[in-house]
Amino acid sequence: MALKKYFPVFVLPTLAAFTIAFAVPFILGLFLSFTEFTTVIDAQWVGVSNYIRAFSNADFLNALWFTVRFTVVSVITVNVIAFALATLLTKGLKGTNIFRTTFFMPNLIGGIVLGYIWQLIINGVLRFFDVTITYDPKYGFWGLVILMNWQLIGYMMIIYIAGIQNIPTDLQDASKVDGANRWQTLRNVTIPLVMPSITICLFLTITNSFKLFDQNLALTAGAPSKQTAMLALDIYNTFYGRIGWEGVGQAKAVIFFVIVAVISFIQLALTRRREIEQ
Amino acid sequence: MKRITAILISVAVVLTLAACGKTDNKPDTNAPQAGTVYFLNFKPEVADIYKEIAAKYKQEKGVDVKVVTAASNTYETTLKSEIAKADAPTIFQINGPVGYRAWKNYCEDLSDTKLYSYLTDKDLAVKDDNGVYGIPYVVEGYGIIYNNAIMQKYFALRDKAVSISKATDIKDFETLKAVVEDMTKHKKELGIDGVFASTSMGSGEQWRWTNHLASVPVYYEMKEDSDDSTIVSTLDEEEIDFSNSKQFRNIFDLYLNNSVTAKGLLSGKTVDNAMAEFALGKAAMVQNGNWAWEQIANVGGNAVKAEDVKYLPIYTGVEGEEKQGLCIGTENYLAINKNASAEDKKASIEFLEWLFSSETGKDYVVNKLKFISPFNTFKDDEMPEDPLAKEILSWMKKDVNNLEWTFNSFPGQQFKDDFGNALLEYVQGSKDWSHVEKTFRTSWKNER
Repeated sequence: MALKKYFPVFVLPTLAAFTIAFAVPFILGLFLSFTEFTTVIDAQWVGVSNYIRAFSNADFLNALWFTVRFTVVSVITVNVIAFALATLLTKGLKGTNIFRTTFFMPNLIGGIVLGYIWQLIINGVLRFFDVTITYDPKYGFWGLVILMNWQLIGYMMIIYIAGIQNIPTDLQDASKVDGANRWQTLRNVTIPLVMPSITICLFLTITNSFKLFDQNLALTAGAPSKQTAMLALDIYNTFYGRIGWEGVGQAKAVIFFVIVAVISFIQLALTRRREIEQ
Repeated sequence: MKRITAILISVAVVLTLAACGKTDNKPDTNAPQAGTVYFLNFKPEVADIYKEIAAKYKQEKGVDVKVVTAASNTYETTLKSEIAKADAPTIFQINGPVGYRAWKNYCEDLSDTKLYSYLTDKDLAVKDDNGVYGIPYVVEGYGIIYNNAIMQKYFALRDKAVSISKATDIKDFETLKAVVEDMTKHKKELGIDGVFASTSMGSGEQWRWTNHLASVPVYYEMKEDSDDSTIVSTLDEEEIDFSNSKQFRNIFDLYLNNSVTAKGLLSGKTVDNAMAEFALGKAAMVQNGNWAWEQIANVGGNAVKAEDVKYLPIYTGVEGEEKQGLCIGTENYLAINKNASAEDKKASIEFLEWLFSSETGKDYVVNKLKFISPFNTFKDDEMPEDPLAKEILSWMKKDVNNLEWTFNSFPGQQFKDDFGNALLEYVQGSKDWSHVEKTFRTSWKNER
């Protein structure tokens, strides 16, 4: 009874915020991807031609491929390093808390700032060779990977630590009694039991890597010749940089959304299946 | 009772949320029929002065003027989002005929306004068959700025390799090249790190080359075919040969090879860096326009005296360039939002007419905004006093061929980015010059 009475009080604000900040812009964006427009209020319907132009745009395909490569590399490195650190920092070593805090801190700095800081650092090193990060797309690629690792490892590490600490010690003791070595304990006890953490960490790293924008803009801005531009940056450039391409930018954004949604759903389904009840 | 309370609370919450959405919109209640002005300013360096002007106008005429300034390099972005709002800018800026193409549906015809009649040279306005849509409000010029103190020091050297004895004797690319290369040899004695300030190639910092420098060779290319204004003829050019690319390369290589900074490091340099190098006396020359004076003057530890700052034309090795002057034009055109209410449009035009014709307004324009104004309401002595502006004015009176800003009719930002990216790869040595030429041609064709 009380629930029914107060239902609007609790739901309305959230519902209103959700509608204003998410549902309306999303539907408007979907609509705009089928139109040609200068500003969002003077759209003219053009059908799917924006999608055709998006897919025949070399920059877009190049950005897509670059993003995929970047995501694969950084998802692996971030999760492996974060998991390794988490294992180390749950062993009860001295100074554990200080290390946990320090590793987590980079995550508190904004992407643009991080991008510029790392640009300074990397250019400072490359200075000895009289070049900068824009010299070769490889430099930009690995620069982004390093930056991503630096920023995300701490966050993922905290999630893994929480997962590892939840494992009942008796299970680990039991495996020790059964004569399992460290590797076998990790493989057969720890990893299956932190599967929920792995699910969430994979989800976060995949989506974050795919949607990376600020760091990309600040670190390389796509140089040289857009070869290090990722999807989000390419969409931004299409939308604002080319007269008459606003609709194409919007179409790219819709494609982008579909890709991210499909990949993360597949990933969630796959890793969820491997989660086990304790 | 409880139900009523619940509904009341929820309504209150929603109202609070809705109120958050519209923060400080002006109360339209006091004078709806008078019209208000919303000016979206393009020049961040004078943002505060426009605020002052707005306050003064409110005091004199009682009309509200709202000034919003877009951050550097974000004007198009800001305009796109601002103009879609209910409270849209009434005065905004287009960057010439190409900008007009993008904003055609928003530009009011200004041919009947006094503002247009004030223009000294009516050809400067952005027009199409039906009317006048953009009014230039400032005349600017660019070329190679040099520090005469360093040049005099060089010409006083005993073992200099050239026969001329002052910078004003440089009349073509050959001489410029000889002087610059010899100066590089003597850079220790001259106390400079390089003759030219850094060729800024950072992202968003390439406009001095992709727009300004490229304008010179394209100007000559267009002049070969017809005597018309190159701004008009370039606009219709579907494809371009870039037949003077050799001349572009001449001067660009000269900048690079005699620079303060090694080639590989140029991608990290900004226009600010370059102007600071010039201001600190580390470089003798820098290519830029008269708007850069504030930048030079405001650098801490400034080593350049105002009377030493002079202009050279950008010589590129084109035949007959002895008569070439600076590049003088503008890319700042005011437009009135067609979709604004009639009262607001009227108020906006009145505001601009006040700014460019009343004594108070003109005083702001000359002494605070420091614009060389293209309007006949300004007398000859009502011009800014800074050294670069004075140089521009004296070059305008000389018997030389001052070049138009042909780059106003270059294709959009994407073309400029493509071209800039190709230049960067050339600078870094990963691509050769033919790649730059090819990019220039193909991107022009694609983006036109």
